[in-house]
Order: sequence, then C-alpha cells, then structure tokens
Amino acid sequence: MSSLALLDVRDLTVTFHRKGARPFTAVDGVSFDVEPGRTVGLVGESGCGKSVTSLAIMGLLPRRGATVGGSVTFEGTDLLTLSASAMRERRGRDLGMVFQDPLSSLNPVVSIGLQVSEVLERHRGLPRKKAMVEAADLLDKVGIPDPRRRLSEYPHQLSGGMRQRALIAMALACRPRLLIADEPTTALDVTIQAQILALLAELVRDTGTALILITHDLGVVAGLCDEVNVLYAGRVVERAERHALFARPRHPYTNGLLASIPRLDGARGERLRPVRGSVNDNIPWRSGCAFAPRCPNALDVCRLVTPEMVADGPGGLLRCHNPVVHTEEVTA
Amino acid sequence: MTSLLNIRRRRVDELAETAEGGTSLTVDALRRMARNPVAIIGAVIVAVFVLLALFAPWIAPEDPYTPFQVLKDQLRADSIPGPQPGFPLGSDEFGRDFLSRLIVGAQQSLVVGVMATLIGLAVGMVIGGLAGALGGWVDTLLMRLTDIMLSVPSLLLAISIAALARHPSQWTVIIAVAMVSVPIFARLLRGSMLAQRASDHVLAATALGVRRRTIVFRHMLPNSVGPVIVQATLTLATSIIDAAALSFLGLGDPDPARAEWGLMLGNAQRYLDVRPELAFYPAVAIIVVALGFTLLGESMREALDPKNRR
Repeated sequence: MSSLALLDVRDLTVTFHRKGARPFTAVDGVSFDVEPGRTVGLVGESGCGKSVTSLAIMGLLPRRGATVGGSVTFEGTDLLTLSASAMRERRGRDLGMVFQDPLSSLNPVVSIGLQVSEVLERHRGLPRKKAMVEAADLLDKVGIPDPRRRLSEYPHQLSGGMRQRALIAMALACRPRLLIADEPTTALDVTIQAQILALLAELVRDTGTALILITHDLGVVAGLCDEVNVLYAGRVVERAERHALFARPRHPYTNGLLASIPRLDGARGERLRPVRGSVNDNIPWRSGCAFAPRCPNALDVCRLVTPEMVADGPGGLLRCHNPVVHTEEVTA
Repeated sequence: MTSLLNIRRRRVDELAETAEGGTSLTVDALRRMARNPVAIIGAVIVAVFVLLALFAPWIAPEDPYTPFQVLKDQLRADSIPGPQPGFPLGSDEFGRDFLSRLIVGAQQSLVVGVMATLIGLAVGMVIGGLAGALGGWVDTLLMRLTDIMLSVPSLLLAISIAALARHPSQWTVIIAVAMVSVPIFARLLRGSMLAQRASDHVLAATALGVRRRTIVFRHMLPNSVGPVIVQATLTLATSIIDAAALSFLGLGDPDPARAEWGLMLGNAQRYLDVRPELAFYPAVAIIVVALGFTLLGESMREALDPKNRR
C-alpha cells in the first residue's frame, strides 16, 4: 500500500521544547498514507496534534524550539531531509495548504489579484500580466463572481466565503498533487461551510489532487473523506474507510464522538452524551492508553500496557485493548 | 416564522453584496480624526506653520538679515527699540526686523525638523527592518546597539554627537538630532515586523512557497510601517525642540545672521532685562509648533488604534 502512496507519513513525532518546562510531545508517532486523488481526514479534538501534523508535513514548524522525527515521504523524497530553500520550492507547487481563518490568512494591504498571481509568478515564472489573467481564471474556477473586478479588491472587501475561495484558488494555483486543508470551514457559517466543502470536493475530483482534511467536525468528514484517521493525544487510534467508521466505530473514543452528535430523529428532550472528562485526564502513552481514564470500556490492562496499532477489518487499523463490539457483527 | 427569518437573511445578504466594500482603515481613521477637535487644532497649527515656512520670504514684511538704520539709531546699551510703525514687533539686538526674523525662523525649523526626522526614519527603518526580517544574531546585535543608544538621555546624546563636529553647521544639528530618533524608529519597526512574522498571512504566504524577499517587502513591511509613521509625526515635534536646544547651546551654525528660533532664544538671554520679548516670541513659537505636531501625532495614533474603532 505504501509503495503506491503519494505521501507516506511514518512515525512522525513533534516535540516542542519550552523554556523552563518539560518538553511537550504534540505528535507522538503518527503514521498514515495518502494515495493520489484520495481524501484523507485527520480528526480529533483540540490539542490532539492535527494542526501540528500538517505544519510538520509542510515544513512550517519553527526550526528552533521544535524537533521533528520520523519521515514524511512525498513521491519518494523525505521532505524532512530537504533544505529550507528546496522546501520553499515545493510549497505552493507540489503541496498546497488552506488555513482556518480566511481573513487573517490574507495580507490586508495587497490586492487579491496580486496575492493569487504571486504564486503563479513564483512557481511558474509567469510575467505579471499573464499571471493576472490566469488569476482571474482561477477566481472564476473557485466560484467568485465577477473575478476581473475582484482582482483589484482587497481582502476586507470580500465576504468570508469569498476569502476562503480566494485562498483555495491560491493553494491550487499551481495544481499541487497534495492539498492540506486545516479546518477550512471552521471560521465560516454553516451555509458557506457547505459551499466550500462542495467546492473542495469538486476541485479534488477535477484536478486529481489528494486532500488531507483536518477537522474536528465529523459532519465534514462524512461529507468529504474517503478514509479517516482519528487522532487522540498525538497518536492515531483508529483508521477506517469512511462508511466503516460511521457504521461501526471500533475505538471507544470514535464511538463517543459519534454518540455525542445530536440526532434529528432522537427523542425530544434527550440529553447530549459528551465524551466524559477532558484531555487533562490523559495518562502518557508510554504507560498505557492515553484515553483510558475517559474510556467507558477501560480494562485494567489499558492503564498498564500501551496498545499497539493492529489491523481491524478490511483496510482498518485500531489501537485499542477493548474495542466497541457491534451486535450485527457478532450475529454475522 | 422560519420563512420570515429566511427573507430577512436574504435581504441582509443582498445588502452586503451591493455594499461597496465598506471603509478602509485609512479612510476610517481620517474620518475619526476629522471629528476630533484635538486633531483639528493640531492640524491647523501644523498647516499654518508649514505655510509660513514655505512662503516665508514672501510673507516676511522686511528683509530679515540686514539691520535698518532707523532701528540702529534707536539702539542703546540699555534699550532695544520696541514695536513701531513698519516694525510690528520692533527690533532685535542688531536693529533687524524681529517679526521677519521670526517668520523666516519657521523655515529653518521646518527644514531641520523634517530633514532630521527623514534621516532618522531612513536609518532607523534599515536597522529595524534588518533586525525584524533576519532575526537571530543580527537582531540581537542591532538591538543591543539601539539599547546602548537609548540608554543615553536623548538631548545628551545629541549634544555629544554635535560636539564631535569640527566645523559646526546646520547639518551638524540635523545629523545629531536624527541620530537620537534612530533607535526609536528601529525598535518600533522591529517590533511590528516580529508581530507580522508570527501572523497568519505570513504563514499562509510561506505555505505557498513565496520567496523570503517577497515576504519581507510585500507581506511584512507594508503592514508594519503604521506605528512608525505615527512616531515620525511625534518625532517632528521633538526634533524641532532638540534642534532649537542645540542651537541655543551654540552647537549649531555659529553665523549670527541666521534666523533660527533656538539661536534667537540663546542670544536673547543677554537682553532679558532689557527686552524679554526677544526670548518670549521664539520660545512661544517653538512650543506652539511642537504642540501642533504632538497633538496631530497623538490623535493620529488614537485614530489608527483599532481599539478605538466605533
């Protein structure tokens, strides 16, 4: 499987060194791969290491203060071993990224046109005029009406949805083979969210770009991802194809996340069922399962032995001593 | 109920679509300044001062440099002629028209103030820009240098620099005053460059592989100069005061013919009991002009502060 992969992340570890405090491992041996044209979700709650993983792949972590271990193999090259300038050459051309907050991700004093054409000038060596024409095409492609007029406008003159569209246009300007979208819809309202997700799905399908979608919103995952990696405390705890994950969540954490979503067909006055406890209750991975203190299925062994990643069902991986058993599986 | 809400929402969307962008920060800031009486007072003082300075040779009623026989005839050891027909503010100690000299003095102050501020701004921005863009040991080295400069009281530093000149001239004053403002501009620009470096849009540009040079000049610098520009307005005021102080202490151009407020003030000391107005008018001129620039600068800073947006 990994020989086919466009991106192969192996044992990625990111440790932050803080002055006067113990180093903090935000990403603790994350492994996953992305095949060309596929959409892979990275899901988890705040602080589980989703964003740090994406920044590590893009080589955007500060060089001082953060140690990155493991390997990130993109088309046969380990990105972690590349020099800063070689990495700059690849960013925007081979790897694109879309961030969470579209307003703060755009330069307030530079026109939209220049910000889009900048990428084309940089990576394709187009002269300004040609780049501007192409920028207008790109804005049109991401569904911004009247793109020629928008070229000369500034970020504050655009609505939130338009800004995110412009950022997607910038990220896809050079047709990268991999796009990382870090919570691309979190700062947008629900109707716009749906539009942006539809746009991403369409662009990914049309251009054959592989997409890593980072989100805490399982609804987003359900709509877009082919497969999902669920992260907890810096490790992948479950990997599954989308339908398998939603139909038969195996890890108690995944199960808890799905159970906490309010249902339209639920009884009136039904209480929401949150995942109890908080990240603060975690125990370190090396002494057991980090989720054990919050886990309804926890056994004694969970606090003593670190669970390993094992194959589970077709294409699935699971890190759990006592996974959720689904009744239809037992009868089958 | 829901349909009503939907209609309302659509209405708002339409309005938002048709609105021409909204107001930019600059336009917004200007508007707020126009509503602020302090800003208006500052702007009026500065405008009058600049006009006086620019058109001084035509506004001055008499030649400011040559003594008049009428006035010289009235000069005594214990009296200097006061206001009289043709000379509204009377004579200075050499029998020259005092009013004309005051007006031409505005020109001197403006030239020195603006030149000193521009030089300080240019050098300070180069230092601060380098420190903010490169970081690391360059930053550490440059900032320790500015720390050293900042640790000396500004006027003392200006006096020391001016005193180094073998042949004092107007340029001595300009350069000495400029050097005082260099560390302030450098620190300000570095600070806001560092804030920019950590900003989301610089990260986004980096994620697009944009060259470092482009990131510094297109994405960091233009977003960092705001506070520096405001500081430049405030520095105009202190530069004019500092320049006057250096002239007052005799560190400027020694030519007594030069109509310079600080120099006039210095020379007037000897005649304080004879004609205190000779000291009074230049002093008031310096204070009013400095006040004008300070009011303008302060209100500009207030208007640009997003915390005060209403």
